[in-house]
Amino acid sequence: MIITQKKPIEEVMAMVGDAKTVAILGCGSCATACQTGGEAQVGELKATLEAAGKTVVGTAVADYCCMALGVKGKMRPMVAANPDCIICMSCGDGVQCAAKNAGAIPVYPSNNTMFLGEAVRFGVWEEACHFCGECVLGQTGAICPISQCAKSLVNGPCGGQKNGKCEVNPENDCAWIKIYERLSATNQLDKLTKTREDKGYESVAYPRTITLRGKK
Amino acid sequence: MSILKDALESGKFGVTAEMAPPKGYDFSEQMEAAELLAGKVHAVNVTDMQSASLKASGLGLCIKLKQAGVEPIIQITGRDRNRMAIMGDILSAASFGIDTMLALTGDHPVVGDCKESKPVYDLDSVGILKMLSKMEETNCDCGGNEIAGGAPKFYKGAAVTPLYEPLFLQVNKLRQKVENGAMYVQTQGIFDLDTFKRFLEFVDKAGIKTHIMAGIIPLKSAGMAKYMNDNVPGIAVPQDMIDRLAAAAEEGKATGVKGLPGKLGIEMAAEMIAKIKDEKLCDGVHIMAIGAEKNVPVILDKAGIAI
Ligand code: SF4
Ligand code: SF4
Repeated sequence: MIITQKKPIEEVMAMVGDAKTVAILGCGSCATACQTGGEAQVGELKATLEAAGKTVVGTAVADYCCMALGVKGKMRPMVAANPDCIICMSCGDGVQCAAKNAGAIPVYPSNNTMFLGEAVRFGVWEEACHFCGECVLGQTGAICPISQCAKSLVNGPCGGQKNGKCEVNPENDCAWIKIYERLSATNQLDKLTKTREDKGYESVAYPRTITLRGKK
Repeated sequence: MSILKDALESGKFGVTAEMAPPKGYDFSEQMEAAELLAGKVHAVNVTDMQSASLKASGLGLCIKLKQAGVEPIIQITGRDRNRMAIMGDILSAASFGIDTMLALTGDHPVVGDCKESKPVYDLDSVGILKMLSKMEETNCDCGGNEIAGGAPKFYKGAAVTPLYEPLFLQVNKLRQKVENGAMYVQTQGIFDLDTFKRFLEFVDKAGIKTHIMAGIIPLKSAGMAKYMNDNVPGIAVPQDMIDRLAAAAEEGKATGVKGLPGKLGIEMAAEMIAKIKDEKLCDGVHIMAIGAEKNVPVILDKAGIAI
């Protein structure tokens, strides 16, 4: 899922500025799991805004703020209430999706969008993928060298690990040692001996669109 | 043709030193050291913002060394430059007659002194070597476009850390470096010959053929040794060396003689080099004096090495 973190409330209030009326859109998916944009957080933000003298003219939680169709439906009544601004409590994509359906009303993010990762325990999330566009997990024992190695190295480790820990952040295990261990355990060490193509970045000419509806 | 290549390929004992450009634009200290090194070493590595600490770029010092009659080895890391910038620097270097290079992945900016700098790592050490080898083969740039007048040829090298667990990973990467064009490798500083021999055996068993130059770091004090043990990956100075350096410092204090640990460090480095050469362990040495380049000729002299 997309892992988000709350922005400091001062930053949110600075964006709201002297707007008097505000609406809030939460997200029922990743942001709910991250405790950054679910019903509870929407309620908290509403209370904070009201305590600061703002009028909250509408709140809603879309099932997924990243799905245009659902967002459109949730935004319609909020836009109709014509607030001075709308705060979207989702990932960066959700905010943009909301803004596309907000007419002339400014939409502000309440979260910082951090990474694609997994909830490893309640309240703990770990980064796991950088959307590199050419997944190499099949060669690396299902451990991602792009997001787990601090230098995104594709041909093996740098010389920098110490006691299995990464030179960049000693709290992290060296990804390449984990890859080695995993491939040893699955009897696939030969995968490391093959020279790989360097990752090309041509495919990262963004923004990209993927469609299942034939050529765009 | 690369002087280092000439030496190593003809079976001579290769000797290289290392120098960092200054954090500034006055290169006089480096040029003074260069004068002392001229004729004593086959070539001098010019580091590429080692430890991710900002310095004048290596190409500039390489050009100055070349003009002063010292053969430079241009170190190229993947940290700050994408493949286009690397290839551009290589072409510029070639136009000044620089023909020896060493590819490194590079220390991450967060361990350095400009932590906000964006890490690039478009290519790692293997990728840099592969790109340059392909350039030489095809006379084309990294996008497959023809290079006017053909591609320059470089004697390409890499680095390796013999003290690494699991060694398989380090040697496997070394193999990739060699397969992709590294014709010589310089190792991380070596302080224990048994560890080094184990590494050489491992390399041998893996069937990797290249010229190996043992990294030598002359110690200046017990404190420096301890600091390196704690902070520099792949370095393990044995306790008895640290004790000898500490004893030398004590002796200096008692007798009022300055610089005894440094002198001992020079002796120990010279001993190590002489042993490596006598036992024919590898093809040469790479001396990293870390700011004390003026000591390199003294060390070589004591080790009985002339190029
Ligand atoms: S290799 Fe890593 S960054 Fe690339 S798609 Fe796979 S998991 Fe994501
Ligand atoms: S220590 Fe390991 S994880 Fe960290 S940058 Fe080097 S190879 Fe990558």
